[in-house]
Amino acid sequence: MNATNTFQLDGEEIPFAPGQTIIQAAAAHGAYIPHLCWHPDFSPHGSCKLCTVKVNGRFGSACTMEAQPGMEVENRTAELDDKRRTLLQMFFVEGNHFCPSCEKSGNCVLQATAYELKMMSPHFDMFYPDRPVDASHPDILLDFNRCIMCSLCVTASREVDGKNVFAMGGRGILGRRIHINSESGRLGDTDFAATDRAASICPVGVILHKRKGFAVPIGERTYDLAPISAQVKETRS
Amino acid sequence: MSELETAASADKLRRVAIDPVSRVEGHGKVTILLDDQNKVHQVRLHIVEFRGFEKFIQGRPYWEVPVMVQRLCGICPVSHHLAASKALDMMMGVRQLTPTAEKVRRLMHYGQILQSHALHFFHLASPDLLFGFGSDVAARNVVGVIGAHPEIAKKGVLLRKFGQEIIRMTAGKRVHGTGSIPGGVNKSLAPDDRAELLKDIYQMVAWSREAVGMIRGLFEQNLAEYNEFGRFPSAGMCLVRADGAMDLYHGGLRGRDIDGNTLFDHYDYGRYWEVIEEDVKPWSYMKFPFFKSLGPDEGSYRVGPLTRVTQCDSIPTPLADKERKEFMAFDGGSVTGATLGYHWARMIEMLHAAESIKDLLHDDDISGHDLMATGQRQERGVGVIEAPRGTLIHHYRVDENDQVIRANLIVSTTHNNQAMNTAVREVAKKYLNGREITEGLLNHIEVAIRAFDPCLSCATHALGQMPLEVAIVDADGTVIDEATRDHRGLTHEIHEAGQTP
Repeated sequence: MNATNTFQLDGEEIPFAPGQTIIQAAAAHGAYIPHLCWHPDFSPHGSCKLCTVKVNGRFGSACTMEAQPGMEVENRTAELDDKRRTLLQMFFVEGNHFCPSCEKSGNCVLQATAYELKMMSPHFDMFYPDRPVDASHPDILLDFNRCIMCSLCVTASREVDGKNVFAMGGRGILGRRIHINSESGRLGDTDFAATDRAASICPVGVILHKRKGFAVPIGERTYDLAPISAQVKETRS
Repeated sequence: MSELETAASADKLRRVAIDPVSRVEGHGKVTILLDDQNKVHQVRLHIVEFRGFEKFIQGRPYWEVPVMVQRLCGICPVSHHLAASKALDMMMGVRQLTPTAEKVRRLMHYGQILQSHALHFFHLASPDLLFGFGSDVAARNVVGVIGAHPEIAKKGVLLRKFGQEIIRMTAGKRVHGTGSIPGGVNKSLAPDDRAELLKDIYQMVAWSREAVGMIRGLFEQNLAEYNEFGRFPSAGMCLVRADGAMDLYHGGLRGRDIDGNTLFDHYDYGRYWEVIEEDVKPWSYMKFPFFKSLGPDEGSYRVGPLTRVTQCDSIPTPLADKERKEFMAFDGGSVTGATLGYHWARMIEMLHAAESIKDLLHDDDISGHDLMATGQRQERGVGVIEAPRGTLIHHYRVDENDQVIRANLIVSTTHNNQAMNTAVREVAKKYLNGREITEGLLNHIEVAIRAFDPCLSCATHALGQMPLEVAIVDADGTVIDEATRDHRGLTHEIHEAGQTP
């Protein structure tokens, strides 16, 4: 690696390979940049904006911006974390996120990020959108109440599974949602399988393997063990 | 319809309301109609319980239910957690849990019984019992108990803490954990946790014995008053083990009428609707269950510690069984029908829970690794458990997509609805009739309600400090007398007749 291929992340020297994005280089170095829709195995989507950093004084998405030598990147500053907290609050009120009875609790990237950023309340009025559950598949349950529109399932199904089971569609906060590519619009009428990569990519509690529920006890769940910032290598599956 | 349920004519009667009732879990109110001579014509206990859970779990996946429904309550969530799990065991076709799973669930349940009974007796009921029903309201609360009887208060706190720790170790959290899942449990008791509990359990058993002695002593000192207070003959229902012994986790239903005749015994709770039914009254949000064979007017019954201790043939732990025998024989058996006998029975059960915890901690299965069982899937499941306050019924139907399509929950306090109404009517007749209303007299009504330890909804209030407002309104709606107690439980304020508050 060229000795000049480094940038500063909150004052820390981060090496990078040409073509790496800021978040890729940071993750490879073990540095945490808060994010929701980015996943190291997939091309960036750039939609959640939680990874917004300040590069040489200007805002940019760490998941889409390529690292450049000598960049000065601000990440975990009070200003940026405050804005991230507001974004998180908007995610929480746009969906129906009831952590107390959600089986993804403790393994949920949204919840873990909210803890990391010390989000103490939703702050905004809840939208309470009407998002029916799709339980038609024998092995997988879809609970759209918790969808954050990260589109990771869309990408995984298309790029890894080669199935195109999911698609984003609609407009507006309440109109935009994940669609199922079957005539009935139900997952049970697709060739989706529990072994698909898309079946284990969801960072929140939308795509769930049926009849697992709360099999992992409190204390042994992913983010019981360490906060998300200490687990930079992705453990979403 | 029982006497004093509905006045012959409400015209020209004054209405006194105790709203909310204090030192109970959740919110309830009592309304009393009096005539010009303060003769009581109508007494009703209203409980504003919203049972939305039955509706909003429809459509949810069944494995989520034990965790979701426990949010009904912050005091006895374990009971709902386990009742739902048992119902879904049945739905999954699991007829027998693994030994470890059943023992871990029992441990969790006995921890819950211990902490809930300790909370009720030491924090909620003891101010009345130690200081007197009509004593100075400023001291008649848990803070007063801490000041006057610090050792008693301390034991109450530590007993509760011990129970809460058991729940944390088996369910992951002190309140609203996830330990029990359909078909079994997600963890057993860790060896370190087991050792930690074993260090203290003998102290807990000893303190529980002392608590039984304490309530017995109070009965001995105040026998006539305690025995007659809110007394009425009642039928009863509880679970019993196959041999007739007390079993708070599992068994068959035993129902007896007011004369002690057995109406059904070892009845399969999976068909509970064949023996009980729920009546509806226009003045209450809560239903009134009754024994089908006796009908709605004669079929009301009570559940909970008093029924369990008096209807079981034995208690399967030696110290508690010895106390049960003494309780049954005390004063010729008179206390077995006393409303305040609930307190004594509750402490016997707390002792039974402590002894059962001790036994389970010495059983190696409690730290075993075989946690889950499987079976042939069914369409529906019923789970019944003896919660701290009485028989708790959960009933679910699940469709082929694993979604709940119907739910029915009959909580302990619902079974006791008619019994609590009867008890407060008895107290009102004896203590309020023809007398000027005072805070102390109204507290007698609350003492009767507290004996049942009703769980009216999630408990979020400050114990002993609930605001209380009593207004006497004449026939044309004018407030002629009012007593209020603020959130500190200290202020007592009387408005002159004719003033508008």
